[in-house]
Amino acid sequence: MKSNSKSNWIKNVLQPTIKRRIERKPDFDNRSGIKLETVYDHTDATQSNLGYPGEYPYTRGLQPNMYRGKVWTMRQYAGLASAEESNERYKFLLNSGQSGLSVAFDLPTQTGYDSDHPLALGEIGRAGVPISSLADMEVLFKEIPLNKVTTSMTINSTASILLAMYIALAKKQNIPLDQIGGTVQNDILKEYIARGTYIFPPTPSMRLVTDLFQYCAEQVPKWNTISISGYHMREAGATAVQELAFTFSNAVEYVQSAINAGLDVDSFAPRLSFFFVAQSDLFEEVSKFRAARRMWANIMRNHFKAKNPRSWMCRFHTQTAGVTLTAQQPDNNVVRSTLQGLSAILGGTQSLHVNSRDEALSLPTPESAELSLRTQQILAHETRITDTVDPLGGSYYIENLTDQIELKANSYIDQIKDMGGALGAIQQGFQIKEIHDSAYKLQQDVENNHETVVGVNAFQTTDPTIIPIQRIDPDQTKNQLKRLAKVKSERNPDEVEKRLHALRMAASSTQNIMPFMIDAVENYVTVGEISDALRSVFGEQKEFSPF
Amino acid sequence: MGETIIKVLVAKPGLDGHDRGAKIVARSLREAGMDVIYTGIRQTPDMIVSAAIDEDVDVIGLSILSGAHLELFKQILDSLSEQNRDDILIVAGGIIPEEDRIMLKEMGVAHIFGPGTPTKEIALFIKNACNNLKN
Repeated sequence: MKSNSKSNWIKNVLQPTIKRRIERKPDFDNRSGIKLETVYDHTDATQSNLGYPGEYPYTRGLQPNMYRGKVWTMRQYAGLASAEESNERYKFLLNSGQSGLSVAFDLPTQTGYDSDHPLALGEIGRAGVPISSLADMEVLFKEIPLNKVTTSMTINSTASILLAMYIALAKKQNIPLDQIGGTVQNDILKEYIARGTYIFPPTPSMRLVTDLFQYCAEQVPKWNTISISGYHMREAGATAVQELAFTFSNAVEYVQSAINAGLDVDSFAPRLSFFFVAQSDLFEEVSKFRAARRMWANIMRNHFKAKNPRSWMCRFHTQTAGVTLTAQQPDNNVVRSTLQGLSAILGGTQSLHVNSRDEALSLPTPESAELSLRTQQILAHETRITDTVDPLGGSYYIENLTDQIELKANSYIDQIKDMGGALGAIQQGFQIKEIHDSAYKLQQDVENNHETVVGVNAFQTTDPTIIPIQRIDPDQTKNQLKRLAKVKSERNPDEVEKRLHALRMAASSTQNIMPFMIDAVENYVTVGEISDALRSVFGEQKEFSPF
Repeated sequence: MGETIIKVLVAKPGLDGHDRGAKIVARSLREAGMDVIYTGIRQTPDMIVSAAIDEDVDVIGLSILSGAHLELFKQILDSLSEQNRDDILIVAGGIIPEEDRIMLKEMGVAHIFGPGTPTKEIALFIKNACNNLKN
């Protein structure tokens, strides 16, 4: 007999089954606290205004034909111990069919110290490439014409310095600034919340962000001026709902502060971009990406009254989840990352990085980095998931989950608004605490076997797997220090001081700081020197709400 | 006489801001009955050593994911032994390759807890090691 409604089916068919045989878990809540039902039907999918891809609110995708036109940009994040070695890797990746560059900088570069600073000890070239002066940047992009690639740079508190170097390099290559394209992460708010590479207090930091917005709107129109990132907050422990809520409340803070600085919303909003993670809960992630597009379209159109449809579009990069990689049975990570990449594509990402199997142990070897690119190419060219747009759209489950994620994230955003916006909430330690609580809860669930991690708390093997490790050659560090010493000795100290003085003056005024940055880096003033000049004017930020 | 409470400094040397693990370990050791101080991120070896001595801790737990462990841990251990505080138990966690673990142990790190280690295991190790030191 066929049930005529879900409630009848539950009563007559489902309940007797569950009574006979108990289910695997007492409840099926996902990590965001959304209760999952046994099955969904048309009564659960309430979104009557689903629409079509390429149209507001873009739930189904930003372009009308998505990957039928062109597949996503395969952008593998890489930065090796030195500018020379990274340059080789970039050229190899470009020749292997990668479509864009993504530069990882080492931590001294990210926190405003030159390679010769005492705090750089042990850190030079570890997390990425060390860049202290334009001379390093010239080596990094040697034989790579900047109008032929797009370059994403993961750089935040020193974003304007590194962008100034990229601009200086384009000028040296005689490439007009309207022909260079790329992204700086430039998302300082999430650094206070999760990633930790802030230097200055929030107010001057926000000013650096908006100065960069304004300069690019006028001079570098194809540059993505920010990549507002949920990735790192999620890696720190946030749930999918928290990822969207905290990312969009940060985004609202940036847009508002640019408007307050006198910019017209449509002059900069089309260049805002986003960065999300793809974790392992496949359907939740697909729904999250769809909800993200709809939420941003509503925020920009209805709250900020942007008129240009490009201002409504949530363009995003996705990276698979570093935290899900295990040191145990590392080959399993290839499978995890592939499935996570799949969710990003089903969710309509604009670009993708697939992590490598060895990253719970060290930086990836060239072989495992190549395997990540091949993973993307197999997804793009062999699976046919690219041949139709939003293939999961209309699924009762996906539509219900998309709605619920949007609803829950919006109520978080309202809560943050009541705390004085993202910055107010940061100052009260709100996001940090919420994220830590989620992380702690997951850790307990893994330890109590309520969550299964293959190879870690289930299906373990006893033999430790030794896999080849990417090592840093100490000579690379010596070369970097040698080049920096040479740059510093060959400069005219008066010229350097003149630029630093101009920078300090600009920093104390309301002038846009970018032209002063460019002038400084063109004269080989270093990242550390510029950062110190700004520290002397802006001061330094201490950690918010230490645990 | 009641059991003395173990005092632990959880510290993040170096410039990396990945503090998820450090905070989880700090909280779980606290819940296991220890007295835990968490330094926050971006601590220099000097800052960590003076905090450990000022607070008179029994244990320092170092968390690092940037790859700078060999250089920074060496400074911390050297400085502790210069100040005759070799008695402080050092444990560590983070992204630390297998081969480096051997070197770190030779340097004087009692144990390195890799990714995926249950927090209960860390607490148990510290309790046993502290008991052994006292006996």
